[in-house]
Amino acid sequence: MVKLTINGQKIQAEEGTTILEAAGENNIYIPSLCHHEEVTPYGACRLCLVEVTKNGRERLVASCLYEVAEDLKVKTDSERIATNRKMLMELLLARCPNNKAVQDLAHKLGVEKTSFKLDDNDCMLCALCVRVCQEIVGVSAISLVNRGVDRAIATPYFESSSVCIGCGSCAYVCPVDAIKFEDVGSTRHIHWPNNDMEFKLKKCQKCGRYWAPQAQLDYIIKKAGLAPDAFDNCPDCRD
Amino acid sequence: MAKRSNNRLSSPQELEALRASIIKSRDAQKPCITVCGGTGCHSFGSEDVTGAFKKEIKRQNLGAKIDIKVTGCHGFCEKGPVVVIKPKNIFYQQVKADDIPEIVAETVVKGNIIDRLLYTDPATGKKITYEHEVPFYKEQERLVFGSNGLIDPNVIEDYLALGGYAALAKALSKMTPEAVIEEVKKAGLRGRGGGGFPAATKWETCRNAEGNTRYIICNCDEGDPGAFMDRSLMEGNPHSVLEGMVIGAYAIGGHQGYIYVRNEYPLAVKNARIAIEQAEKLGLLGKNILGSGFDFSVKISRGGGAFVCGESTALMASLEGKVGEPRAKYVHTSEKGLWEQPTNLNNVETWANVPLIIKNGADWYGKIGSEGSKGTKIFSLVGKINNTGLIEVPMGVALKDIIYGIGGGIPDGKKFKAVQTGGPSGGCIPESLLNLPVDFDELDKAGSMMGSGGMIIMDENTCMVDIAKYFVNFLEGESCGKCLPCREGLKRMSQILADITEGRGKEGDIELLERLSAILIDTSLCALGSTAPNPVLTTLRYFRDEYEAHIKDRRCPAGVCKELVTYSIDEEKCPGCGLCVKACPSEAITDMGKKKPVVLDQEKCIKCGACYDVCKLGAVIRK
Repeated sequence: MVKLTINGQKIQAEEGTTILEAAGENNIYIPSLCHHEEVTPYGACRLCLVEVTKNGRERLVASCLYEVAEDLKVKTDSERIATNRKMLMELLLARCPNNKAVQDLAHKLGVEKTSFKLDDNDCMLCALCVRVCQEIVGVSAISLVNRGVDRAIATPYFESSSVCIGCGSCAYVCPVDAIKFEDVGSTRHIHWPNNDMEFKLKKCQKCGRYWAPQAQLDYIIKKAGLAPDAFDNCPDCRD
Repeated sequence: MAKRSNNRLSSPQELEALRASIIKSRDAQKPCITVCGGTGCHSFGSEDVTGAFKKEIKRQNLGAKIDIKVTGCHGFCEKGPVVVIKPKNIFYQQVKADDIPEIVAETVVKGNIIDRLLYTDPATGKKITYEHEVPFYKEQERLVFGSNGLIDPNVIEDYLALGGYAALAKALSKMTPEAVIEEVKKAGLRGRGGGGFPAATKWETCRNAEGNTRYIICNCDEGDPGAFMDRSLMEGNPHSVLEGMVIGAYAIGGHQGYIYVRNEYPLAVKNARIAIEQAEKLGLLGKNILGSGFDFSVKISRGGGAFVCGESTALMASLEGKVGEPRAKYVHTSEKGLWEQPTNLNNVETWANVPLIIKNGADWYGKIGSEGSKGTKIFSLVGKINNTGLIEVPMGVALKDIIYGIGGGIPDGKKFKAVQTGGPSGGCIPESLLNLPVDFDELDKAGSMMGSGGMIIMDENTCMVDIAKYFVNFLEGESCGKCLPCREGLKRMSQILADITEGRGKEGDIELLERLSAILIDTSLCALGSTAPNPVLTTLRYFRDEYEAHIKDRRCPAGVCKELVTYSIDEEKCPGCGLCVKACPSEAITDMGKKKPVVLDQEKCIKCGACYDVCKLGAVIRK
């Protein structure tokens, strides 16, 4: 365990944890958009910036990546942080002016309008969907394509992906609801910001409802080495 | 020529014996025609020149009496193809294949000088015969770059003849790794890749870091517009870089090295590959180097040419086969870099300095340069300057000595306006700071940076807002897009600068640029973003009035921003000579007959300024 202070409050944290995690455990709020405890920290949104003082040197760091250290002094709410966060929020608001989640966070951070021309995106490129698809689902069906201002989330060449299993984890993890999916009859539709895909749903042999994408079930059967008929029935109809 | 050296050398003594035999087999007085084969001269047609020399020598059956050598870049790219005839070092410039029979017959055989191929000093109008008397070279101190013109980069014997690999032999046989680090520390070598971080400190951290192995990387991912010193060094003297890397690897305790070089540098890739093979054959790379028991091998990794891959963590990601995007460096790469192992990365020029330090000692090295920046620095001097090319000067030389001394001043009698140093992440330095000593710290203080050594000269016809826009657009295109401030911030900066230069600037734009700059510096993930505002901040610092003229008066003082410029004819002054009529590419000017002023149609005018440039009577008005 290491001892450090956050906003003057003395806390202890396990070695190897990040400032963001340590703050969370002690109910100290640090805003962030691209962080999720289940995937590797990424450091893209920069909203979780904090000021750290180590060996007399003060600097701004991304708390989702910076690990706790003995005697570290952390400030999460200085004027410098607030100024930076507001400007970041203005940039984000200009990118996604019509997105409810972005609007709500902006409001929470005291930003009501942006100084920039308005675009109209939902996706703010936090890459959580990409990381979940790679690290949790393990298929890497979507990735970040293009560079810089043209960066986008998509399947390769914006075409239907042969490896996507239609699980919808990307939509589930998206903090700003930029990815949507809906099941209509026997089909699941996934809408990414730049392209769509459709998936055949499997019908329960007992009750007849369509309950999960066939590709996802095939993937689980293969991965877990289950019997080919393991998912013939939906969870409700299983013994 | 000594016979090809193919036997592995198993001791420093064997290296010295080989060196002695190479030198003995060569006649220093034998005429040798050296043709620059660097990329600049190559594109001017140096390959044809070399071919013509070979043909002519064969035709006249002079093969036994004359050597011909294709060397690396000499630096004076403006005047390529460059030919130097040794031993007298007769300097011919802008040589064409047609000139070759005459050069061989007159100069090589008879010793006569061909006047028309000599360089004329624009300052004095005098013709200059010898290379070392050309002002461009005379004012330089070419410690690292000087051998480029003397050796064929594909012939290791040429490098050995000049004392090559002696520093490596010294390090391996007479110094401990710690002593090597101490020597480099004492010499005060700072990284030439941009940041100017003390090289030995990084080496020491890497040596002491925990890991299963240590990697050594040479960063040859030069990406600044107008900068080509690393390319020329890797193309022209790859063994000096390799020797530095082996010494560094010995000091750090690494056994595997990589040269990361962009694939757009095909000659650098080729020459580095040949150099590696030759050094391996001689036992200067590979297992048990010079019988010391130390092993080190080098592989080449070709990059796709993304500017962001100059950033060490992005470079390492790319080397690992991943997308070249940076990561936070809260744990330094010297502790956890390539494949999570301690990794030491230095750029081409830094590595090439290492053999000099080990061979000549830290005390010798410490006498060159300024207080905080030791040694020399290679710059690529480009833009509105008479002598374009690569130059090497001791750190601390005044800007004006580079621009007016070596560079020969501004062409066409125009006035100097600013110099942009440090590439896109650097800044613009105005005329008032021409006495500034050029070193790491002084450039930082002026709001710019050393970067990797780009130096772009701008004259009075340059709009500084337009320049800021150019660099911001470049960086916007090269930002990887991972972090929000760099991706979105540069996009907004670029929009605001476009508005200002296109006549849509408004009150508050300057302040907004300053606020954006502040968050880019404070919050960007890597140095691409955090240094990106420098072109904007320095032009605001030194040329704020130009921004204000664009915004408040809708005027571009330099007459560059088309939307803010109108051309008209001063009827009093115009004699109707018709020069402008011929120059106009859009037929916007009509000849009204002799002695009558021409008429300019604003509807058709594309504001290219051709009429303004061609009129010597001041009859074209630019507002």
